Amino acid sequence: MGPEGKWDVEKLREDFPILREQVYNKPLTYLDNAATTQKPQVVIDALTRYYSKENANIHRGIFCLSEQATKRFKSARHKVQEFIGAASDKEIIFVRGTTEAINLVTQCYGRPFLQAGDEVLITHMEHHSNIVPWQMLVEEKGIKLKVAPINDRGELILEEFKKLLTDQVKFVSVVHVSNALGTINPVREIIRLAHAKGIPVMVDGAQAVAHTKVDVRDLDCDFYAFSGHKLFGPTGVGVLYGKKELLEKMPPYQGGGDMIRSVTFEKTTYNDLPYKFEAGTPHIAGVIVLGAAIDYVQSVGLDRIEAYEQELLKYGTEKLLEIPGLRLIGTAEHKSAILSFVLGEAHAHDIGTILDRQGIAIRAGHHCAMPVMQRFKVPATTRASLAFYNNREEIDRLAAALREVTEVFR
Amino acid sequence: MNGDIRELYQQMIMDHNKNPKNFHPMPDASRVAEGYNPLCGDHFKVYVKMNGDVIRDISFDGAGCAISKSSASMMTAALKGKTRAEAKALFEEVHKMLSREIGSAFDEEKVGKLATLGGVCEFPSRVKCASLAWHTMLEGIEPTGKQVTTE
Repeated sequence: MGPEGKWDVEKLREDFPILREQVYNKPLTYLDNAATTQKPQVVIDALTRYYSKENANIHRGIFCLSEQATKRFKSARHKVQEFIGAASDKEIIFVRGTTEAINLVTQCYGRPFLQAGDEVLITHMEHHSNIVPWQMLVEEKGIKLKVAPINDRGELILEEFKKLLTDQVKFVSVVHVSNALGTINPVREIIRLAHAKGIPVMVDGAQAVAHTKVDVRDLDCDFYAFSGHKLFGPTGVGVLYGKKELLEKMPPYQGGGDMIRSVTFEKTTYNDLPYKFEAGTPHIAGVIVLGAAIDYVQSVGLDRIEAYEQELLKYGTEKLLEIPGLRLIGTAEHKSAILSFVLGEAHAHDIGTILDRQGIAIRAGHHCAMPVMQRFKVPATTRASLAFYNNREEIDRLAAALREVTEVFR
Repeated sequence: MNGDIRELYQQMIMDHNKNPKNFHPMPDASRVAEGYNPLCGDHFKVYVKMNGDVIRDISFDGAGCAISKSSASMMTAALKGKTRAEAKALFEEVHKMLSREIGSAFDEEKVGKLATLGGVCEFPSRVKCASLAWHTMLEGIEPTGKQVTTE
């Protein structure tokens, strides 16, 4: 089905073999898409095809298979470039995932270019992956980490953010979509404000790229990070986008094969972008299959995905709020299809267990965003995170199972 | 409702969860041990008052899921007046019960009322909840100075 056809979620579900699986003799209801997404058959086939027919190392073999693998690898990089609207494929660095992408920036930009006393501004809704790598620099370099507060709906308080954006701030790093709350941050406005003061901005796009169209040049972000496995692709592969002029002045991340032009024991010359940041044999299969996942997402159409998910979010929000004692955590006006909530006296893990026996997969816990839990004074939340292949029936199943929880915890 | 769920969340467990026994801090405790499972957020302190080798009093406070809280509550009820060796022996029996093969039997006589927690083994991801208070209690009666976790 192309982006022009009629939206048919049942037809799209057929693309995902795992959605036909049963758990405890119940149909699998997969609502943990913020943790990882399921894979369509075309992605699974691309992985099988690569290992059964195409596997070879890249950039070195003088034989047919290696040349073809190299070509496919390059083509995948080009797909990523077009997918996020980057100016050049030299600006696309393959990494293991969002976490590694952020660490690459803290280590190769933050470490060499930030000085003691410089400040880095983040928000209260960051994933641990966008907190801890900066804290490591706080300890090592004496930089300061500042946190822009959020309101009771889980929205960034832009006025406070502006106040915190002082002359000492030398880097801003913000999440595009909060994994714990679903909040969509006004990243374009954040970037505009920071750039007005000459401050570079990194955006953690892990929860965004599978749900909305991202254009890095339109946003004008300096760095953008995301993971393949949250984009219907494989685990172990992710992308760091960086503006060429910044990437060029940054030192390499790791030393080893592919990032090198020439080596003697006296001196090594580094390779050009993007290879400078890709030491060692990369996750070739992962990159190529990520390309297949991007082709698939684009064939479904991100505009249509976003519209459908918003509709499903509205339906899910209404259904959940009908349940006595349920309180949503994260009620931002601009929100992605994430339903994080607490339910009466029931602990998130008790809810998780009861839902699991109904075949419903959700996440229970702090979602690697402990400061968010502290902000809302809850030990944990239960989170249903939706993807375009979820349907109303699954929301109804979730609501029915939550009523069962209220029975147990009456 | 699913039968396993009904067994896991049976009345006695829900009663202990709602009205836990010995659920209070103990200012004059001989020892306080802390148990914390950061992934799920279960966080308890276990207080013991020792009289030589005997647990004269035991209490707990903190927050966690129904399984961890009811297990802690039942534990305090079972251990009051027990010797250190008896407490350790009961810990072993409970541990065996929680981590046994699904469907296999356990010594119900040795664990008494704690047999209510026997269904937890059907839920491998929840064994750590049921055992948190027990490991914390061990740290209370034989301290190593470490924070306890069962994750």
